[in-house]
Amino acid sequence: MNPAALKANAKFMNPGGTIIYDSDTFDEKHLTKANFKTDDPFTECNLEDYFKIAVPITNLTKESLKDFGLDNKSVLRSKNMLALGLICWMFNRPMEYIEKYIRTKFGRKPGVADANIKVLHDGYNYGMNLQHMAPTYIVHPANIENGTYRNINGNYATAWGFLAAAEKSGLELFLGSYPITPATDILQALAERKDLGVKTFQAEDEIAGITSAIGAAFAGDLAITTTSGPGLALKSEAIGLAVMAELPLVVVNVQRGGPSTGLPTKTEQSDLLQALYGRNGESPVVVLAASTPSDCFWYAYMASKIALERMVPVILLTDGFLGNGSEPWKVPVMAELPAITPRFAKNTETFKPYGRDAATLAREWAIPGMPGFEHRIGGLEKNAAGTVSHDPENHQVNSDIREQKVQRVVDLVPDLEVCGDDDGDVLVVGWGGTYGHLISAVRELREEGKNVTLAHFNYIKPLPKNTATVFGEFKKIVVCELNLGQFASYLRNELPQFSYHQLNKLKGLPFTVNEVKESVNKLLGE
Amino acid sequence: MAELNYTVKDFKSENEVRWCPGCGDYAIMNAVQRTMAGMGIPREKYAVISGIGCSSRFPYYMSTYGFHTIHGRATAVASGVKLANPDLNVWVITGDGDAMAIGGNHFIHLIRRNIDLNLILFNNRIYGLTKGQYSPTSDRGFKTKTSPFGTIEDPFVPGQLVIGARGSFFARSIDGNMKLSQSVFEAAANHKGTSVVEVLQNCVIFNDGIHDMITDPVHKADRQLILEHGKPMLFGNENQKGIIFEKGKLKVAVIGENGVTIDDILVHDATETDPSLHMSLINMQLPDMPVVFGVIRSVEAPVYDTELVKQIKEVQKTRKITCVDELLNSGNTWEVTGNDTAGNPGCPKVVRINFTTKIFKGSAILQGLFCWLTH
Repeated sequence: MNPAALKANAKFMNPGGTIIYDSDTFDEKHLTKANFKTDDPFTECNLEDYFKIAVPITNLTKESLKDFGLDNKSVLRSKNMLALGLICWMFNRPMEYIEKYIRTKFGRKPGVADANIKVLHDGYNYGMNLQHMAPTYIVHPANIENGTYRNINGNYATAWGFLAAAEKSGLELFLGSYPITPATDILQALAERKDLGVKTFQAEDEIAGITSAIGAAFAGDLAITTTSGPGLALKSEAIGLAVMAELPLVVVNVQRGGPSTGLPTKTEQSDLLQALYGRNGESPVVVLAASTPSDCFWYAYMASKIALERMVPVILLTDGFLGNGSEPWKVPVMAELPAITPRFAKNTETFKPYGRDAATLAREWAIPGMPGFEHRIGGLEKNAAGTVSHDPENHQVNSDIREQKVQRVVDLVPDLEVCGDDDGDVLVVGWGGTYGHLISAVRELREEGKNVTLAHFNYIKPLPKNTATVFGEFKKIVVCELNLGQFASYLRNELPQFSYHQLNKLKGLPFTVNEVKESVNKLLGE
Repeated sequence: MAELNYTVKDFKSENEVRWCPGCGDYAIMNAVQRTMAGMGIPREKYAVISGIGCSSRFPYYMSTYGFHTIHGRATAVASGVKLANPDLNVWVITGDGDAMAIGGNHFIHLIRRNIDLNLILFNNRIYGLTKGQYSPTSDRGFKTKTSPFGTIEDPFVPGQLVIGARGSFFARSIDGNMKLSQSVFEAAANHKGTSVVEVLQNCVIFNDGIHDMITDPVHKADRQLILEHGKPMLFGNENQKGIIFEKGKLKVAVIGENGVTIDDILVHDATETDPSLHMSLINMQLPDMPVVFGVIRSVEAPVYDTELVKQIKEVQKTRKITCVDELLNSGNTWEVTGNDTAGNPGCPKVVRINFTTKIFKGSAILQGLFCWLTH
């Protein structure tokens, strides 16, 4: 749309809507013509929080049709087809029907039909080239508490969760990152926040993204790195360094379709095993997964808290669906968020680089600049005093400690709460970004009188303490996930006493409520 | 503040130094420790970051903060250290494999950004830790275990990469000349920006004598040109030889021969921003030319970490958002009231959202008050 159309249609915008506009027409001339008073029409229309896609529609259309010999007016009439092509890309819609319609409508003018179809395809390809994604808006059927609300998407919520954790812990925030779809928005969201003192470092590659963050963690910042699947693969060795050096680090993986470049703009949950195991050596990390766009804030916050208080790397899994999805969100209040207490070393007499808290096994954090705590860390195996050690016993002890340290994070993990009854016929198990569709399916099944309950996981490693107790109360368990069964395989390993059915999908799309219901109904009927 | 009277000993750790007897690393470390002792910087402000390779064991032998990281990434880790705390004096210890091969990308980008670090590149033109394979600085035709018939590739010249990446500081030294090493390390430490010092280092086990042509005591006066800023480029036993610029090229001339006088000899200007002459000096090689040592280039350029701090301060001067509560409540927000039941998100009940009022918190004063109230 142009500025005049924006003004006329602003009042029809639904919360979380997306505006595709012709950036060629958002110049001073058109803005004045549409009676805008500033050069920021979106703020004037109270649309600053909406998702906006600027496309030079006029010029792209002109370029698209330059060899068609059409007059300027006819060319510009095809602009809508460019936008339609873009939408076909974003929402995964085939163009055959539209082409057929155009052929019928302009049956007597094949030249015009050709022109429109050309522009339609160019719009589609433009969307593909720029990796535009379909933003979604989610309203969960739930009781709504009184309070202040705003719309937020998952990537912004993730970024803001880190801002909150930095402020709460009294640390500066450092993000080392390399742009990658669909995680780039987190880097952009934090680059905007120089006002809050955020240091964003756009690195030369994924490896420099994480290793610069590891350097910042060594030097005392709340250090994070953000990426998507292929980037997580590149960061593997460095995550191992953070495990060995026992530094606080948060790695965000906004998952997308894989393997390799895969489906960059489509959602998937197929990096779970990579997050859990994808490194050389025994290299345990804490793994969390957010389940709605807004709770990305909370899990980014908790990931930071765990990393800082337990001196351990944490991988936070979100996905393209969450990252680009938005929903209304009750704005948290900083004073009500749990405290974050970094484990700064205090006593030079007793400090040992790998000395540990007896309960949590976390080591202390002494950062360069603190006099009397000078020490060396690194990727080689060390003894408690921080000296390189090739002693076989020491390696066994430290390997066990590193695993135990992650397991003991369980005391920060709330018990698993089910949605439904504490026992019954079928327990639907999900994790991460499938929550919205799974809860809808379970709700509908329950309204139909079926004895079905949902257990949805945000804490993957370690699992909540009561997981086995919850599982034990159900006749059947079905693990639903957007991969070939990675969480199911993890559960079989962790809790082998149960048998797990699976519902898996690998189409780059979220579950539909119906396919979940069908799968559960089939289990109920067996 | 108490006067800092450090000696070299104050920078040695208790760890046993495990380099091979006769390794060039000992002398380089000694020169670094002498440099640090004399800088007037408290010991806790030094951070020594290394990658992987023989030289990268360096931090363990220092009494400062140290981080022995992973292969090729010391430059990137050190960048994070410096950005997290620009107050630190950060040193990167790396080798020709670590910096030129696996870490080549980070190396050039560090230099391009001009982060205020000091990088010492131990160049022994061989992979020592993995027991003798050719490196990116090995000469064409060089025979090693992985090139039994000689390499078929040309080497990197580290200084060329530094210039190519728009480096602001490059110096060269040699392990045996501790006095020279110390003086270039001091210059590197005092330079604002990324300071790269290439030290020609001898690996006694796998590449012994690789720099002998340059270091040979009998001929070294004719084969080494030690540059000093503002001084003519003279070398030879009696400083009788010098570098002149002729027909677009650097050339060796002898004073008194062919009418050449001291006035014809080029005077070294390390601060010249145009890198052409510095590049030519870096390129000089035996047998036609002496090899150049000392500070070849030291120019002022914007420093990343300084600029980062400056930009943050600049933005904060006029900021509207001063804390996270203000951010959370900025832009479009609305109030939900009149729902009596306590929220229990996620449980299977259908309740329509009740948007009763829509309030836009636009006022900066209101936001400030809000922030103050909630802290």
